[in-house]
Amino acid sequence: MNKKVGIEVSLAAADAVKMANVDLIAAYPITPQTHIVEHLSELVANGELDAEFIPVESEHSALSVCIGSAAVGARTFTCTSSQGLALMNEIIFIASSMRLPIVLILANRSLSGPLSIWNDHTDVMSIRDSGWVQVFVENGQEVFDHVFFAFRVAEDPKVSLPVIVNLDGFILTHVIEPIEYWDQESVNKYLPDFKPVSTLNPDAPVTMGAFGMPGIYTEAKKAQDEALINSKPEIIKAWKEMGEVIGRRYSPVETNNIEGAETVFLTMGSVGETVSIAVERLRAQGEPVGQVKLRLWRPFPVEEFREAVRNVKRIIVIDRAVSFGGQGGPVAAEIRSVLYDEENRPSVTNFICGLAGRDVTPDNYIDMYEKSLKDGDKSKEEDYVIYGVRE
Amino acid sequence: MPLADYKQYVAMDRLPSIWCPGCGNGVALKALALALAESEIPPDKTLLANGIGCSGRVGDYVRCHRFHGTHGRTLAFVTGIKLVRPEIKAVCLLGDGDCSAIGMSHFIHSARRNVDIVTIVINNFNYGMTGGQFSPLSPYNMITSTSRSGKAEPDIDMCKLADVAGANYVSRTTIYHVAEMKNYIKESLGKKGFSLVEIVSPCPTYYARYNKIGTIIQQLEWLKEKFIPIERYNEMNNDEKENFFWRGILINRDLPDLYQHMHKGVEVRKR
Repeated sequence: MNKKVGIEVSLAAADAVKMANVDLIAAYPITPQTHIVEHLSELVANGELDAEFIPVESEHSALSVCIGSAAVGARTFTCTSSQGLALMNEIIFIASSMRLPIVLILANRSLSGPLSIWNDHTDVMSIRDSGWVQVFVENGQEVFDHVFFAFRVAEDPKVSLPVIVNLDGFILTHVIEPIEYWDQESVNKYLPDFKPVSTLNPDAPVTMGAFGMPGIYTEAKKAQDEALINSKPEIIKAWKEMGEVIGRRYSPVETNNIEGAETVFLTMGSVGETVSIAVERLRAQGEPVGQVKLRLWRPFPVEEFREAVRNVKRIIVIDRAVSFGGQGGPVAAEIRSVLYDEENRPSVTNFICGLAGRDVTPDNYIDMYEKSLKDGDKSKEEDYVIYGVRE
Repeated sequence: MPLADYKQYVAMDRLPSIWCPGCGNGVALKALALALAESEIPPDKTLLANGIGCSGRVGDYVRCHRFHGTHGRTLAFVTGIKLVRPEIKAVCLLGDGDCSAIGMSHFIHSARRNVDIVTIVINNFNYGMTGGQFSPLSPYNMITSTSRSGKAEPDIDMCKLADVAGANYVSRTTIYHVAEMKNYIKESLGKKGFSLVEIVSPCPTYYARYNKIGTIIQQLEWLKEKFIPIERYNEMNNDEKENFFWRGILINRDLPDLYQHMHKGVEVRKR
């Protein structure tokens, strides 16, 4: 039986990284990811974790060091938020195009300006198209589980891609939750030793990051796109096998109260739990409401999503970032596109809310539901509504 | 002599500050305000720019033009401001984390270009805002939240770096040496080109606590005893130097600044 511990989510995430027997950690301090890296520093200093720990001079350097480390076949971890991810941007694309299995925990935080340290999904949406596998978690337990999942998927020879685990800054990173720790035996069983597909090795030389002339660049990008798309079966397999090891089952698209639901909320990350309260309350009033949670964001689980909303009339997409000048938040724009070819496609109402830590309560979600049903309401007429703006 | 009217530069209504009790940031802010007042540079001709971290909050308490950039980039932003508005007296107040780590390349190149900026680096030997991680200026072997058994990396001397990069004015003092601090800032305000005043400051919440330096009084005494005049320091042998840091004026010269160089170029082209 695995033991349950009451612990700050960040510390549990760091413990999971330790249990994954990571070889190298490179990071730079930024709120709110700090406690994860700090705890890892402590574990290395105490001798509990035999890993190289290097706090470098910027996030750009942090991810660059990770690239070097993964390129020579080490299990590699980094952690950042917001501006830190923005500064990593150049290297983010290098990691995925070189197919290097780095694991990054992103404690989601808004981007400046105005300067804010609080939670939304602006940071990750800026690297949506970077070629990383991207998953979202809803609570501390899911973060813990997904550390092992992330290494497992990243290092799977059929995938060999970097993975981002998105957890909401403060809302998850700084809370204490009961977390069921895996025993080391289960970790070892689930996460085999890292056997890289190709490494820099003087005995068997390879080139990484070579020049790609017009004659080969397109083919390289096609291969990269296929690699990400083809990672989906391996991702699903990794979740299935996790279920067999620890009994918790995850999938790319998860549903709640979907039976007979005419309207569903679409959520990503920790707001899913708040929305589930609203859904339960609406159900108690007899409203046909359900919820669809997008756990896998990249590669986008097209078939699974279409299947989940097949009998639904209306989708309320909750976006936690603005796509300035676009036709809705980044998630809603994507959902509309995925549904376009569907017969009897549901309508999409898009609310952008919870920017930079603004609280959104179950009552607010109930209000959104009511608005989405009301003829003549802005949410029906317009592509998107930024919810709760004080005017 | 009565104090010059430093309060005109300070947003008194926003006090007390958010800084921890014993933090040196407020002391440095007052020294800067006094130096500005004594130099008679009016608030509407003064720009205070800062980066991220504890020192980055200085801008919340000033009454003058203010620019708050992103982490480490302040000197690059202000280079742009100074090229277009050279008449503005630009002061960049940065922390050691901001300036010596993520902003290191901007620091070197601003000094190399000799941009007319007064750069004040408040060095508290760690990243205070994010929880006391070590910065490139944290001394070797010291305890921080990312070096629990002692910092494994050597530190760097920003003053010497500014010297070799080409700055016009370089000095170092501490929060304990209040009058000297004000005088150095005032002197740098009177210079053209890149000036650096490094102010070593206590971080009672992290650095001093982790390294058991004691109460804030003991921390100030530590600064008083450890930071000795550069002349005395230079006479020491290498073993003695191990136990001390220097303070004083390292460089004071008048090389042409970036604007003068560029303006000269325009004059030549005009001919």
